[in-house]
Amino acid sequence: MTEMEMQRTISVLVKNRPRVLARVAGLFARRGFNIDSLAVSTTESEAISRMTVATTCDLPTLRQIAKQVLKLHDVVRVIDHSESNIVERELCLIKVEVERGQRAELISLCDVFRGDIVDIGNGTVMVQLVGDKDKIDAFVDVMADYEIAEMVRSGKIVLDRGGQG
Amino acid sequence: MSQETVSGAQALLRVFEEENVDVFFGYPGGAVIPIYDALYDAENIRGVLPRHEQGAAHAADAYARVTGKVGVCMATSGPGACNLVTGLATAYMDSVPMVAITGQVKTNLVGMDSFQEADVTGITIPITKHNYLVKEPYQIERFPDLVREAFYLAQNGRPGPVLIDIPFDVSAGPIAWAERNIKALDGYEEPQVPAEADIDRAAELIETSERPVIMIGGGVASSDAHEEIRELAEKCNISVVHTLMAKGCFPETHELSMGMPGMHGMSYASYAIQNADLLIVIGARFDDRITGDLSRFAPDADVIHVDIDPAEIDKVRPASVGIAADAKTATAAINETVGRRERGEWEDHLKQFKTEHALAYSDEDELMAPQFVVEKLYEVTGGEAIITTEVGQNQMWAAQYYPLEEPRRWCSSGGLGTMGYGHPAAVGAQIGRPDDLVVDIAGDGSIQMCMQELTTGVIHNLPYKIIILNNSYLGMVRQWQDMFFNKRYSGVDLHGNPDFVKLAEAHGAVGLRCDERESVVETLEQAMEVEDRPVMVDFIVAKEENVFPMIPAGQSFDEIIECPIGDDTE
Ligand SMILES: Cc1ncc(C[n+]2csc(CCOP(=O)(O)OP(=O)(O)O)c2C)c(N)n1
Ligand SMILES: [Mg+2]
Repeated sequence: MTEMEMQRTISVLVKNRPRVLARVAGLFARRGFNIDSLAVSTTESEAISRMTVATTCDLPTLRQIAKQVLKLHDVVRVIDHSESNIVERELCLIKVEVERGQRAELISLCDVFRGDIVDIGNGTVMVQLVGDKDKIDAFVDVMADYEIAEMVRSGKIVLDRGGQG
Repeated sequence: MSQETVSGAQALLRVFEEENVDVFFGYPGGAVIPIYDALYDAENIRGVLPRHEQGAAHAADAYARVTGKVGVCMATSGPGACNLVTGLATAYMDSVPMVAITGQVKTNLVGMDSFQEADVTGITIPITKHNYLVKEPYQIERFPDLVREAFYLAQNGRPGPVLIDIPFDVSAGPIAWAERNIKALDGYEEPQVPAEADIDRAAELIETSERPVIMIGGGVASSDAHEEIRELAEKCNISVVHTLMAKGCFPETHELSMGMPGMHGMSYASYAIQNADLLIVIGARFDDRITGDLSRFAPDADVIHVDIDPAEIDKVRPASVGIAADAKTATAAINETVGRRERGEWEDHLKQFKTEHALAYSDEDELMAPQFVVEKLYEVTGGEAIITTEVGQNQMWAAQYYPLEEPRRWCSSGGLGTMGYGHPAAVGAQIGRPDDLVVDIAGDGSIQMCMQELTTGVIHNLPYKIIILNNSYLGMVRQWQDMFFNKRYSGVDLHGNPDFVKLAEAHGAVGLRCDERESVVETLEQAMEVEDRPVMVDFIVAKEENVFPMIPAGQSFDEIIECPIGDDTE
């Protein structure tokens, strides 16, 4: 398990300062760590931003990433989620081209995935879906039966469950 | 009490004084004129003017290496700052504490492609420990603390260069002065204390090992842990190998010294590591020039790894005991805990191996061997010089044939391998240690990269010596072409080199030349007599001498090519 390459997630709490994103992203790039997804946002504290980084690697590599990132002066804390119980969410907006006759079928698919239809335009329907990565991947697979006009995913965000963190 | 207001430039220089900066290496330009203007009135700070900003950075770097203080360099915006880049990267790779000040265009012009604007903070993120563009109100408000923080970061933990990019209007404009309180600085941390359990475990491994070897690296130099290392070695009778960065941190003539391992290290050093059952690695980071093929490096050894940077532990070679702490503190803790260990068969075996595999070279070319020159230099200087080096074969021969007894006498670009480093380093080292003999062991290629600093040396009456091992080649590259590319010499011929004697004289320095074995000592002695200016000696040496031993890149000790013995060279 520890040696296995799989998608793992860390949260990087950073001081809210100019160029901090470039510092973190640049470190990943120059050390050859790939970023599968990245979400940056404000937090409960005004001075701190939170970056959620998903990366595919083995556990020793993840540990090395965490240690390297923590060396950056503007990084306050790195949380390694690989061994904790987490809530993971991602938001996806997907716009598909559907004939009028296909709409009912699409709506029932959305129901199964608990997706919401947020816009209907001429010939397109936009669906919003919230869930973990697997759920969204599965939905996107299903949507591939239609013509996907545009799609965007927010990148995953993660919090540890319960009183930890 | 009403708050005192000073200019940004004055605040900067005041913090310099607090930090005991009595000299910095800087080159002016439009964006730093306010700082140079404040310098005009500063009584306790001297600005040394090199002839190229790269020289400023390397000089500050070597100043730091030989004094243990923070080295400071300065450059103007745009081109000036860009010229510091090589020097910053050099210091970063070798973890040298430095503060670099760069001027920047006015804050309202930043981001507008203004005249002499370069995104210096952007450019230097990967080669500094941290950097600042002093532009936001929250930074300007706490400017004195920001500068103190830069000095603190440069030295604290794993040292490294920190850059402050200061727009013209910030150094010229008003700043609220604030008193010093280091503990209140952003980023202040209490030193890491090694965990008792780890120290116990390390001591136990040492006591039970049969074939232990200590490997020391640059961290021992930067934490001044040489005495603790010696105590550990002597108490437990353990042989010590040093990386290029730790040269002099354990006396190389000590009977427990097993020299430098790695690509061009002594074969007995690599042999010791390769056959050890325990490696006690202190302040070293398993660089690929040391390990070669990692999967075959020290296959039987358990590893105790002490490094102040937690990210170094388990980065390359997993450790049985990882101790993220200062080398000096951690070694002292181990010394207190570990029991005495008697000298055993292993030590005797190593000692014998060492005599059987001593360094050797054949001096059979019509021209003298470069190693011969370094050996004579060692004799003439009694082994007491501060050595700076360029990069290439000259650097390896310096490491091999000039054993050092003391730390902070060695300035060489280990991590980056920067040609051109050695000469400005000699300038910085001589300014930092005016009473010591400073010698740059140079190649004919490298020396031409920062030649212009001869003027700096002449103006400041710096009596350092430059020993050019002139082989008319970019020798180290030629060696690789010789050994691995069928002798297809390409781009390495330096014919057309300038007349180095005349060049020295044109700068007002002393130039000497020597092309025969018999007059090497005499020429060196002549060089040593000069006390008021640099001396450059052009030693004409064998053109195609190679550096041995050699473990080809990516290979292991099994593939070592030993030193030639007697006649059987190529
Ligand atoms: C700035 C820089 N450029 C290129 C190199 C690649 N390089 C490494 S050694 C070497 C040859 C150095 O020649 P010289 O200074 O004459 O030393 P020698 O090896 O002949 O002793 C070169 C070109 C380097 N290390 N640094
Ligand atoms: Mg040469």
